[in-house]
Amino acid sequence: MTVLNTARGAAVLLAAALALSACGGSDGKSGGQGAQGGAKAFSVALNEPDHLMPGNTSSSYSITVLQALFDTLVVIDTAGKPQMRAAESVTTKDQKTWTIKIRSGQKFHNGEPVTAESFADAWNATAYGPNAWTNNYYFTEFEGYDALNPEEEGAKPSADKLTGLKVVDPATLEVRLKEPFSQFPITLAYTGFAPMPKAAFQDLKAYDQAPIGNGPFALDGAWEHNKQIKLKKYAGYAGPRPAKSDAVQFKIYASRDTAYTDLRAGNVDLLQTIPPASAGEAKKLLGDRFVPTASGTMDYLGFPVFDKRFQSADLRKAFSMAIDRQAIVNAVYDGAFKPMASLVAPLVPGYRENACGEACLFDKAKAKALYDAAGGFSGTLNLYFSNADPSYEQWMQAVANQLKENLGVADVRFRKIPAADYLSTLREKKEDGPYRNNWVMDYPSPQNYLQNMWGDGNRMGWDSKEFRDLIAQANAAPSMEASIPLYQRAEDIALREMPMIPLWNWQDQAGYSSKISDVHIDAYSPNLDTITVK
Amino acid sequence: MRYAVTRLLQAVPVFVATTFLIYFMVWSLPGDPIVALAGDKPLPENVLRSLREHYHLDEPLIVQYGLYMAGVFLRGDLGETFTGQPVGELLQDRWAVTAQLALTAWVFELVVGVALGVVAGLRRGRLADTAVLAGTTFVIAVPVFVVGYTAQIVLGLNLGLFPTAGTDQGWPGSYLLPGMVLGSFGLAYVARLTRTSVVENLRADYVRTATAKGMRRSRVIGRHALRNSLIPVVTYLGVDFGNLMAGAVVTEGIFNLPGIGQQVFQSIQLQEGPVVVGVTTLLVMIFILANLLVDLLYGVLDPRIRRG
Repeated sequence: MTVLNTARGAAVLLAAALALSACGGSDGKSGGQGAQGGAKAFSVALNEPDHLMPGNTSSSYSITVLQALFDTLVVIDTAGKPQMRAAESVTTKDQKTWTIKIRSGQKFHNGEPVTAESFADAWNATAYGPNAWTNNYYFTEFEGYDALNPEEEGAKPSADKLTGLKVVDPATLEVRLKEPFSQFPITLAYTGFAPMPKAAFQDLKAYDQAPIGNGPFALDGAWEHNKQIKLKKYAGYAGPRPAKSDAVQFKIYASRDTAYTDLRAGNVDLLQTIPPASAGEAKKLLGDRFVPTASGTMDYLGFPVFDKRFQSADLRKAFSMAIDRQAIVNAVYDGAFKPMASLVAPLVPGYRENACGEACLFDKAKAKALYDAAGGFSGTLNLYFSNADPSYEQWMQAVANQLKENLGVADVRFRKIPAADYLSTLREKKEDGPYRNNWVMDYPSPQNYLQNMWGDGNRMGWDSKEFRDLIAQANAAPSMEASIPLYQRAEDIALREMPMIPLWNWQDQAGYSSKISDVHIDAYSPNLDTITVK
Repeated sequence: MRYAVTRLLQAVPVFVATTFLIYFMVWSLPGDPIVALAGDKPLPENVLRSLREHYHLDEPLIVQYGLYMAGVFLRGDLGETFTGQPVGELLQDRWAVTAQLALTAWVFELVVGVALGVVAGLRRGRLADTAVLAGTTFVIAVPVFVVGYTAQIVLGLNLGLFPTAGTDQGWPGSYLLPGMVLGSFGLAYVARLTRTSVVENLRADYVRTATAKGMRRSRVIGRHALRNSLIPVVTYLGVDFGNLMAGAVVTEGIFNLPGIGQQVFQSIQLQEGPVVVGVTTLLVMIFILANLLVDLLYGVLDPRIRRG
C-alpha cells in the first residue's frame, strides 16, 4: 500500500467523522434559529424540569414553566394575600365546604373551554394513588381521599373519584374537606391545582411532554429535553394577564455557574438563581438589573427530642443562644440570608420580627449559664447534614465551633449523609444529634410551616397537646385574618419548648439582561407575562 | 475478516459481565432514589409503593437485572427514567452531542497533535521542540476543569471568540471550544508520542539507507519515518476514545452540552440503574470497536503485522 492509499484511508475516516458530526449539527442549528424567531422573544435560564404535568411535579423549575402555561384559580399577591385569577370567587360558611366559581370565557390552548370539570378531572387524577403523582399528598384533607389511597399493601383503591369533589354546574365546583381549613383559598395558588383539558386524559404520557394549559403562553413545539422549551403567546387568552412579549425560550442548563456565565455573556436574558457566591459581583455588574427576592425558605437546627439527652428545653435554648446567626450568614452566604428569630419567613402574613425573644439572640454569657443550669451535655455531639450543598458543611462547622467555644461542648463530630439518604434517616429517627432541617414554603401561611414541621408525626418526636389544639382552632377559624392570632399562639409554644431552632431565611438572587424590562419577580412567580422586550 | 468476527464475539461475555457489575454497583449505592424524587416533601406510602412496583425496585437485584435484560433483548426496550422518559430515546438525543464533541476533540488531537509532534521531532533540541515540550507538560499538569473554566471565561466571555455554553450554534461553532478543551490532554500525549517516535525513526537504519540512496528528504520523512512513527500514536488514539468519553462528563458540564457524559453524572446521582447500564453498555461497545479499528489500522500502517 502506498502513502497515497494511507492518506486516502485517513481522509475517508475523517470524512466519516465530519459527516456524523454534521448530521447532529444541523439539529443544533435549527434550535438556534428558533431562538431568534419572533422579534419580541426573550430567554430564561432553567434547570431541566422533571415533569410538566401539574399534578406530578413539585420541582421549582417545572413550576416556573407551568406558571406561564397555566392560570391557577387563585394567585398570591406581594402581601401574601390570595387574589382571584381563574376563579371568580372562593367562598365558605363553615371552612369545610368550599364553593369555587370559575370565571367564564376561559379556554385551553386547544380551544376547549375551562370548566369546573377541568379542575375536578385533574384533581381526581392527582389524588388517585396508583398514578403515583408527586402532588398526591396535597389532597389528603379532601373527603374521600382514603378510598383512592388504601394504606394496606397490595390493596386496590375502591374508588377513582374524590367524594369531596362535586361539579355543581360548568361554572361551579364544590369541595368538601375532612376538617375545617381556613387557609384553603391560598393553597389553590399552587400549580398542583391547575386544571387539565379532556384531551390530556387520552394520553397522559404525551400530555406530560406537551401540556395544554389555560395561561397566557402556550407550548411552541416539543420539549427538547436538556436543551430548551419554547413558549409562544396564546392568542385566545382572555384572562387578566395577557403576555406582553411574543415568545419565551427556556434554555436548559445543568449548572447555575454556567448559566450565570451565559447571562454575563448576554446569551440568556433572565436567570433566577445567581449563585450566592457570585452575588457581590453580579450586583456590581448588573446594577438595577440585579434583583434580590425574599424567599419563603427557612433553615432550622432540629433536635432529636426522642433522645433523652435532648429532652431539656433549657438545654435546647442554650444551644440557640450560643449561635451567632449573623456571623455565620456573613461568612457563608455573603450576608445575603437573614438571621431569624421566628419560625415562619418574613413574607408570611402573621410574621413577627422577634417572636422568639432572647432565646434566639446571641448571648454567650446567658447561653453558658442556661447550659450549666440545665446540666450540660456529655458525650459525643453528632451534627447531621446532607452532602447536597457544600455550604451546609460550612455553616455546620461554624455552629460546631460556636458550641465548643461558647458552651464548652468538647466532643463534636460531623455526620455528613448522602442526599438521597438524608430524609429517610430523619424519617426513621436514626439520628442522635442536632440536624439541618429545611422548609421550602408551599403557600404563605403560618399553618404551612407549623403544622407540617411541628404537627403530628414531626421529625423531632415532639408532642404538645396545647400546640395541636391551637392549630386545629386556627384551621377552623372563620377567616384567614382570624386564624393568625391562633397560629401565633401555637408558634409561641413551639418557641418556648424549642424542639427546633430557627436559623435564617433564604433569599433568591435574580438578574436580567438589558434586552428586557418590566421584570416583576416575586417569591411566588417570575411573572413572565409582564416582561417586555426592547 | 475472521479476526474481526472473533474480536466481536469476545465482546459478548464482556458485555454481560460489565452490565451486571454496573447494575450491582448502582443498586448498592446508599439512599432511596424513590424517596428522593420529591425533594424535601413527603410522598404518601401508597405512592411510594406504586413507584417501587413500577420500576421493579421491590424485586431482588437478580430479578431486576433479568427483567431489564429481557426488555433489552426481547423488546429492544432500554427501560425508562424515573421521570418516565424512555432511555432509548434519551440516549438517541444525547448521543449525537457527545459524538460531535468527542470527534471534534479527536480530530483536534490528531491533526494538531501529530503536526506539533512532527515539528518537534524534526527540530529536536531547538526552540520549537522546547516550546512543545513545555507546553504539553503544562497541559498535562493542569486538570481539565481548570482548562475548561479558564477557556470559557477568557476565550468565550472576555474575548467573545466562541459561544460560552450550549449548542445554539450547532456544529462546529458550539463544539470548537469544548472540543479543544477536551482534546487538550490527549493532544499533549499525541504530540509527545509522535515526537519520540519521529526522533527514534530518524535514527533507524532504513532511514539512513534511504537517505544514502539519495532520496529527497521530504520523501524520506513522509514515506519512511512518519509512517512508522504513527503506529504508537494510532494505538493511543484508539484507547483515547474511552478517555474522551470520561472527560466528556466534566467538559459537557462546564459547557452545558446535553450529552452522554452529563447524563451519566445525573443518572448516577439519581441512582437510575437502567440509564447507567444503557450508557455503559454503549461505551463498552465503542471501546471494543475502537480497539478493533486500531488493530486493523496496524495492518495498513505496517504490512508485516498484517501478514504475520
